[in-house]
Amino acid sequence: MERMAESPLAVYQAHLEKRELAYQWSPEANKAVFYPRLICPFTGSDRLEWRVSAGFGTVYATTVTHPREGAPYNVALIDCDEGFRLMSRVEDIGPEAVKIGMRVKFRVHRPGGDQAAYPVFAPVKAG
Amino acid sequence: MDGLQRGSAAIVGVAESDLGAVAQDMSPIDLMAQGIHRALGDCGLRLSDVDGLLCATAQSRTSGLNLAEYLGISPAFIDSTILGGSSFMFHVAHAQAALQLGLCKVAVIAYGSTQRTIGRHQASVREYNPYETPFQPFLPSTAYALAASRHMHEFGTTRQQLAAVAVAAREWALLNPVAWEKKPLTIAEVLSARMISYPFTVRDICLVTDGGGAVIMTTAERAQSLKKPPVFVLGCGQAITHANISSMPDLTVTGALLSGRAAYDMARLGPGDIDVLELYDAFTINTILFLEDLGFCAKGEGGRFVEGGRIAPKGSLPVNTNGGGLSYCHPGMYGLLLLIEATRQLRHECGARQVADCETAIAHGNGGVLSSQSTVILGTQATL
Repeated sequence: MERMAESPLAVYQAHLEKRELAYQWSPEANKAVFYPRLICPFTGSDRLEWRVSAGFGTVYATTVTHPREGAPYNVALIDCDEGFRLMSRVEDIGPEAVKIGMRVKFRVHRPGGDQAAYPVFAPVKAG
Repeated sequence: MDGLQRGSAAIVGVAESDLGAVAQDMSPIDLMAQGIHRALGDCGLRLSDVDGLLCATAQSRTSGLNLAEYLGISPAFIDSTILGGSSFMFHVAHAQAALQLGLCKVAVIAYGSTQRTIGRHQASVREYNPYETPFQPFLPSTAYALAASRHMHEFGTTRQQLAAVAVAAREWALLNPVAWEKKPLTIAEVLSARMISYPFTVRDICLVTDGGGAVIMTTAERAQSLKKPPVFVLGCGQAITHANISSMPDLTVTGALLSGRAAYDMARLGPGDIDVLELYDAFTINTILFLEDLGFCAKGEGGRFVEGGRIAPKGSLPVNTNGGGLSYCHPGMYGLLLLIEATRQLRHECGARQVADCETAIAHGNGGVLSSQSTVILGTQATL
């Protein structure tokens, strides 16, 4: 394998800076791969292609976590339509209103400071 | 597991270290050494007999080195595999392999944790994961809560059914003089306790205690001449499915399905042959998942299965007879204590909580966030 100029995480973050949710595609496995990595977990191959998600997904699992201080918040696992799953949260509704099976759409969250951007989701509006 | 022979090795000595809240400034290695000293006393062997050392703790990256130095030994075989709370079930298989091959003659498996006295965040530092940490999962609770949410969604499992697991564990704990929890618990009390990560209240979640102990293993042959009746390793199985919850293939099916199958195959036994179950109950959903995946009920039926006190002291299936991680003791990597309880049940040493006519036991370990599963099936001389 040739020396990598950029880490998988750096490529992923660069896409997020462009408001894109990137994932990898394994042509040999014919499957999506997430989180981004150097080696395909299905085949062991280093052939992984970068793709950009359309940003639509479905809530696979959800919980409301209650910190000792501050407001309860949502943590969810989202199944994106391209066939990969990631941890995220669903915004714009109360954390307890997030339900398994709910259709959601990606957007970028920028926490500010030195913190990297990350993907969050919001419910897809009906109609 | 291919290569491991049913009954080739036995557990001959077991002991807990001090549990609960230990003396100030005790170290995890102090607790390991204390457990080893007591476990040697339990079987009549001496430290000079020990030539195999297996150990793990979240508080020491090179615990094998530290423990060997502390004890003043240079073991021929050493293993500090660490895969979370199930590590010690992996150690049993590794020790059995080493004993079979003659790499050592007496193997000690040890654990110690002072997470309660030093604080959980100091005892077990979380690694930063750029794909999870930004969402502030309160780990491990949030991860297991996600698994519970999926089980509730797919199978209609209820919070009351989860609570029934905690209540059964508490009823067993009330029969165990060294259990941390001393007061009865009701389903209503579980449901109304402080919410941590829905659907779990603090009563759905294991204790945060100090503790540790040791298990001593030797060959089946040598085991026959020691103080207590040997408890034979009949089956071992293991499976790793993921490390982080976002990579778990199906949140309702754990690696216990595979680890259990491998252990049953090696033991030439099935779920119907097992007399007592010690299942790693870090959270109430664990017991339900492992009852399903180890074949005691169908997938999705676990919630209904635990209703009505079925796994409580007067129920038909004895599960977590020491009171479990939920009510007896949970120092962070609890698996070793399951092996100790299973051994004591098979020696009929458990007093008020003794399961009658107990000849076979499962000690099932879980590590990470349902990540590493390891099943050990143990049996008395009569099962050989």
